[in-house]
Amino acid sequence: MYEHFAFALKNIFSENLALAFFLGMCTFLAVSKNVKTATGLGIAVIVIQSITVPVNYFIYTYLLKEDALIAGVNLEFLRLICFIGVIAAMVQILEMTLDRFFPPLYNALGIFLPLITVNCAILGGSLFMVERGYDLAFSVNFGISGGIGWAIAIIGLAGIREKMKYSDVPHGLRGLGITFITVGLMSMAFMAFGGI
Amino acid sequence: MSTPSNKEVLFNPLFKNNPIALQVLGVCSALAVTTKLETSVIMSVAVIVVTACSNTAVSLIRNHIPSNIRIIVQMTIIASLVIMVDQVLQAYAHDASKSISVFVGLIITNCIVMGRAEGFAMKNNVKMSFLDGVGNGLGYSIILLLVGGARELFGSGNLYGIPVLQKVTEGGWYNPNGLMLLSPSAFFLIGLFIWALRTWKPEQVEEHN
Repeated sequence: MYEHFAFALKNIFSENLALAFFLGMCTFLAVSKNVKTATGLGIAVIVIQSITVPVNYFIYTYLLKEDALIAGVNLEFLRLICFIGVIAAMVQILEMTLDRFFPPLYNALGIFLPLITVNCAILGGSLFMVERGYDLAFSVNFGISGGIGWAIAIIGLAGIREKMKYSDVPHGLRGLGITFITVGLMSMAFMAFGGI
Repeated sequence: MSTPSNKEVLFNPLFKNNPIALQVLGVCSALAVTTKLETSVIMSVAVIVVTACSNTAVSLIRNHIPSNIRIIVQMTIIASLVIMVDQVLQAYAHDASKSISVFVGLIITNCIVMGRAEGFAMKNNVKMSFLDGVGNGLGYSIILLLVGGARELFGSGNLYGIPVLQKVTEGGWYNPNGLMLLSPSAFFLIGLFIWALRTWKPEQVEEHN
């Protein structure tokens, strides 16, 4: 139990997917202009991440791994194309389910759901799961805590950028430049949790 | 509308319309591999090959793709190319492919590849699309190499694995800056690079934060 708690804390703070591994940077920089949309995207990432990592775990262990399907056949090289297919399908299914049963949530997430297919934090999560050899319990934990970490990072950055509208930034740094520097400082702050 | 010349298509992405600094594409997989110059070089080559080939392939069949399934077609082409690159790297540069691990796979979701296939290759002929792919790959590489070089030089005193600055531990004068090897420094360096680029070319500055 304690092991899982420590693992979750590590994924949320010191090994944050966005700030330590640079995953999902494109959407991270593009959609962090105000807190409301950032929150929507953050929640969508948590949901998708916690579904796709365990699903990909099953696909990898029971279909693709060496000797899993047919003895002597190693299908590992197909994992990239399988994972991205699973992610695209999951996003589509989730979108239809939400539209049918939870219209308010569907409207709140809006365009962010389809965008998530090309978010590298999701694919990266599944690849890290394979690379580091997690078992099922750790995969579920990794999916959820990794998503939460990403959401916290983007909501935090959106908050800072909202305040920054009122400050006097050097001319050449405006826009993208100052955002990068801010993210760097946030990344340093999150790293300070490393000792826990 | 005037059609841009070959040279413009090839060299504009380097500084004028840089994919990372101006279009904000493909930052994702870029930063994590830049702790050493060697991995940056391998990553750059992989991305140039993938963008050039995927642009060419998409442009070749652009008149036959039904527009409502084009994204999935592009995705399949890109994923196949990335699998090929991954296999080649594992065969011929095994150590390096271990050290960049998942980031080769993440070229699939690299927005440069998708963005150029969707934004350029779907509308232009094969030759132009190829040049555009190479150009954007080069624009991406420039940033990768600069950041990778700076981080390795100041972080461990080496350049491409060869000692340049003599370290204190080996009887020299240079005390390596450990922060350079951690992730925040990549953000700072790209931020500074964008600052320098926009001071040089002021028309790229955004007026609002």
